[in-house]
Amino acid sequence: MTTTLNESAPLGAARQAAGLPRLLPAAPEDLRGHFARYGQTPYRGQAGLLISDIEASGLTGRGGAAFPVYRKLAIVARARGRKVVVANGAESEPASRKDELLLRVAPHLVLDGLQLVAEAVGATEAHLYLHTAASPEIMRALAERSARGVDMLNVTITQAPPRFLAGQESALVNRLGGGPALPTFTPPRVTERGLGGAPTLVQNVETLAHVALIARYGARWFRAAGTSAEPGSMLTTVYQPQGQCQVVEAEIGAPLRTLLPSGTETQAWLIGGYHGSWLPLPHATALTLDNASVKKYGAAVGAGVLVALPSDRCGLTEAARVTGYLAAESAGQCGPCLNGLPRIAAGLAELAGRGHRKQIRADVERWAGLVTGRGACNHPDGTVRFVRSALTVFAPEINLHARGQCSATSRRPFLPLPDGIPTSEDDWT
Amino acid sequence: MSGSTAFWYASRATGIVALLLLTAVFVLGILVNRQGRLPGLPRFAVTSLHKNFSLLAVTFIAVHVFTAVLDTYVSIPLAAGVIPFASGYERLWLSLGAISFDLMIAMIVTSLLRSHLNRVLWRAIHLLAYVSWPVAFVHSIGASKDLRQGWLLVLTIACALLVAGAAVFRLAHAAREVPRAARVANVFAEHTASDARSTRRTKETVKR
Amino acid sequence: MMSDTLRVNPINCTGHGVCAELLPELITVDEWGYPIVDPRPVPPALDREARRAVAACPALALKLART
Repeated sequence: MTTTLNESAPLGAARQAAGLPRLLPAAPEDLRGHFARYGQTPYRGQAGLLISDIEASGLTGRGGAAFPVYRKLAIVARARGRKVVVANGAESEPASRKDELLLRVAPHLVLDGLQLVAEAVGATEAHLYLHTAASPEIMRALAERSARGVDMLNVTITQAPPRFLAGQESALVNRLGGGPALPTFTPPRVTERGLGGAPTLVQNVETLAHVALIARYGARWFRAAGTSAEPGSMLTTVYQPQGQCQVVEAEIGAPLRTLLPSGTETQAWLIGGYHGSWLPLPHATALTLDNASVKKYGAAVGAGVLVALPSDRCGLTEAARVTGYLAAESAGQCGPCLNGLPRIAAGLAELAGRGHRKQIRADVERWAGLVTGRGACNHPDGTVRFVRSALTVFAPEINLHARGQCSATSRRPFLPLPDGIPTSEDDWT
Repeated sequence: MSGSTAFWYASRATGIVALLLLTAVFVLGILVNRQGRLPGLPRFAVTSLHKNFSLLAVTFIAVHVFTAVLDTYVSIPLAAGVIPFASGYERLWLSLGAISFDLMIAMIVTSLLRSHLNRVLWRAIHLLAYVSWPVAFVHSIGASKDLRQGWLLVLTIACALLVAGAAVFRLAHAAREVPRAARVANVFAEHTASDARSTRRTKETVKR
Repeated sequence: MMSDTLRVNPINCTGHGVCAELLPELITVDEWGYPIVDPRPVPPALDREARRAVAACPALALKLART
C-alpha cells in the first residue's frame, strides 16, 4: 500500500473551488518556507483570545470523537493553576495514516497549533505524543523552531506503545505520566484532572493544524468549506479495492461516492475505522462525508478512515479478523469488556467458518448488549458498533457460510492489522 | 502471677474472646477478598460479619485493656494499651499487644474513612493484618499462661492453623493470579475450550 | 428535588455481587458476575438502600452521584 499526497483529476476542480488543499502542501516546507506561505505564528498576546475564533469556526476534533474544540479549550482555560497541552499523534487506528503524513509534510502547522492552544488556555507544559519514534522531519522542525525562538513552550516528545487504546485521552495521560497507556474511569475527565493532576488539553494533530490556519485566516474562511453544521475540511485515509491507500484531504459533506468506488469490484464500504460501521452498497452511495448524513446508518465519520472492500474477499472473515484484534487490544481492566469482547470475537470467527452452532448469533447479540456502555472507555461500544454493522451488511454471507459456502474468491487479508498481540505489562508502556 | 480479682479474670477472658474474634475477622477478610461464601448466607453477610466482628473485637480489646489497668494486683498504666514499652509489668508481651492494637486501630479508622482515602493507601494499611494478627497471637501466648494448657491450648492451636491456612490460601491465589496484560488471552483460551464441551454459560470473573 | 444516580467504576469492580443482593430493584448481575446498574435516578424510597449498597461494596466501586 502506498501513501501519497493529494489525489488528482476528477475532484480537482471542485476541490479547488472549496479552497482545498488546506493542510497538505504541494511540497513539504522548512520553517522559512512555512512562514513565507502562512505568515508568522499568530500569537494573540493574551490567553483566551483565540477561543472565540475557534468557537465561531465550528471546528470539531479530528481524532475521531468530533468534540467541539472551543469547549475543551474553554474548560481548560477556565481552570486555575498549572495546565498542560498535548498534541495527540498516536494514531492508534491501524488503518489510519493521516496523522503520520501530516506530521511528515506539515509539522509546522501542527506545532503552530500546539503553541497557539497553549497560549489560549494558559498552559505551561506542552507534549507531543507519537505513534513511533519521532521522525527526522519532526526533529528538524522542532530544531528549527527552537533556533528561531518561535515557540513559547518546549515540546516534550513521548512515544506511545503500539496499542489500539494508546491514543485514548486518559490512557495518553497515564502514559505521559510514566505509567502504562491504560484508560482510567471518568469523571474526572482529563480536562479537569489530567497529567500530574493538572487540567490537560488533548487535541489530535490534525485538529491543531486546523487551529493554526483558523488563527491566521479566521472563522469565516474555515467555514467556506464543509457544511454549516460540520464546517471545514478533513483528512481521510482511503483504501481502494485494488489495495492502494491514499491520504486525501476532503471537504466535509463531499459525496462519499467521489471518494470511494461503488462498482462491481466493491462489495461494501467501511467508514470510521475499526470502531466504525460497515455501509451497504448501493444504498450508501447517497451518503456524504459528514456525521449528519452517515448517522442514518448508525455510523460516524470518525478519524476519516474510508475503505472500499473488494468483492473478491469475504467480508465476514475480514470483520472477524478485526474483531479478534480489537478483543486482544482490550485493556482487560473491566469485567464486561474483558469477558465479552473475546467471546464476541470467537463468535464472529465461528460465523466466518464453515457452519456454525445455531445459537451463536443470538449469543453474539446478547454479549454485544452486555458490553455496551459498561466499560471505563468506549472500546466495547466501538467494537460492538463495528460488529453489529458487519452482521447486518454481511448477513447474506452469514447464510452462505451456514451452508458451508463462501462467496469469496481470494483469501488474502485486506484490512491492515499490526502483528503481535499484547501479552505483558511492557507491551503497554 | 495471676491475681484473683474480678478485673483480672475479666481481662483474661476478654483477651481470649478477642483472639477468637480476631481469628474470625482474619478468615472472613480473606473470604471477602476471594469472594467466598458462608454456606446458606448471602454475600453481604460475609462483608458485614467481617466488619462487625472487627468492631466487636476492638471493643473486647478495649475492655481487656481497661480491666487489666483497673486491676490493682499489678500496675499497668492505661497508656500501655496503645503505647509499647509503657508498662513495667511484662514489658515485652504487653508491648506486642499495644503494637497489634495500634495496627488494628489504623486498619479500622482507614476502613471507616475509606471513601475519602486513596485506594492504594487503604490497601497498604489493611495488609498490616498479616502483621497484626501474629503479633496479637504472640502477645496472647506470652502475656499469660492461660493459653498454654488444656483446652485453651487446643483452641489456640486451632486459631493459628485457621489463620495460617487462610493466609496460605490467599498467597497461593496471588501467586497463580493472571496478570492484567494476560487476562484477555486467558478468556480467549478458557472460552474456546469450554464451549467445545457445552453451551452452558460459563462464569469467569476478574479476581484481584 | 435532588436526584442521585448509581454508577459503577468498572475498573475497580471485581464482581463481588454484594450490591445486587442489597439493591435488587436497581442492580442485577450479568452472566459473568458484574453488575448491571439501572441508569435512572434512584427513587427516594430506595435512597437508604442505595447508600447501604454503596457502603457495602468491598471494592468501593459503587458510587452515588448527584445528577
